[in-house]
Amino acid sequence: MGFDREFNRRLIVATAETVIAHADELSELDRTIGDGDHGLNMKRGFEAVLADLDGLASKPLPDLLKAIGTHLVMKVGGASGPLYGTLFLTLGKELPPEPTLDDATRAFGAAVTAVKARGKSDVGQKTMLDVLVPLTAALEKGGNGLLPRLKETAATAAAQTVPMKALRGRASFLGDRSIGHLDPGARSASLMIATICDVLGAAR
Amino acid sequence: MTNVGIVIVSHSPKVAEGAADMVRQMVGNEVTVAWTGGNPDGGLGTNVPAIIAAIEGVWSAAGVAIFVDLGGAETNSEMAIEMLPEKKRARVVICNAPIVEGAVIAATEASGGADLAAVKRAAEELSPL
Repeated sequence: MGFDREFNRRLIVATAETVIAHADELSELDRTIGDGDHGLNMKRGFEAVLADLDGLASKPLPDLLKAIGTHLVMKVGGASGPLYGTLFLTLGKELPPEPTLDDATRAFGAAVTAVKARGKSDVGQKTMLDVLVPLTAALEKGGNGLLPRLKETAATAAAQTVPMKALRGRASFLGDRSIGHLDPGARSASLMIATICDVLGAAR
Repeated sequence: MTNVGIVIVSHSPKVAEGAADMVRQMVGNEVTVAWTGGNPDGGLGTNVPAIIAAIEGVWSAAGVAIFVDLGGAETNSEMAIEMLPEKKRARVVICNAPIVEGAVIAATEASGGADLAAVKRAAEELSPL
């Protein structure tokens, strides 16, 4: 798959627009179990990404991903900035300009490990990692129809955060009262993954 | 020889500024204190570039002790430290202590010329965690 300027543009715009279109929903989820700013924060970050669209789209893939990570770190204003920022920065550091599926799988695994370290968290604590870790496993498994399966894996994994008790982040202050609500970080992760899978799938 | 600098990072600019005022009133001008609070739009939150600027503002070879309130303030402060030039990175620490009491104790310790490890230890002795 060629990551040319036109394709990069499509990927960036689709991802940013998905996050921005769901900002209210993400903030509403966060109001229930957090501090209510996840959607607004992510929107601020991805508006900064869109504002730099021309500059980003003409970069080679690794530099593009690192630059997106830096925008998120600098602009988001909540913990999701360094967390998603670390995800994109690490992907940029680990991926070659024209990655194979093996490259992508390895880089994604490294990026998820970096997010775990950044958030001092792991799977099962009702966070974005509850989507990112199952996605890593699905990537490693590979096989036919991978893109739709990744999308499905992310959506299912996000839904599985509903019965979890939050152990990290602001939601952990609620203890048992966090049970029964979808985690906003898991939701934003699954939304972005679904969009990226759609754009990659349409390019085939 | 300069003293360890103090940085206060709160989600609220009012909390951060108020804590810095308390440090200055109680400890005086022997210690440099910087504060930052609010997201890049000025709402509640924290802001990596502003944290970097606060660290640089009180930087000396003695190092910098950071005090944070809630989760995102800590995560953003860790990110800010990593984005510093490499030789400064090891001389900036986040103290696991209550933001107001910790900053006052740390500044008191720093004003006597204590090194970074001693400043951090003094602040963290306050913390039950």
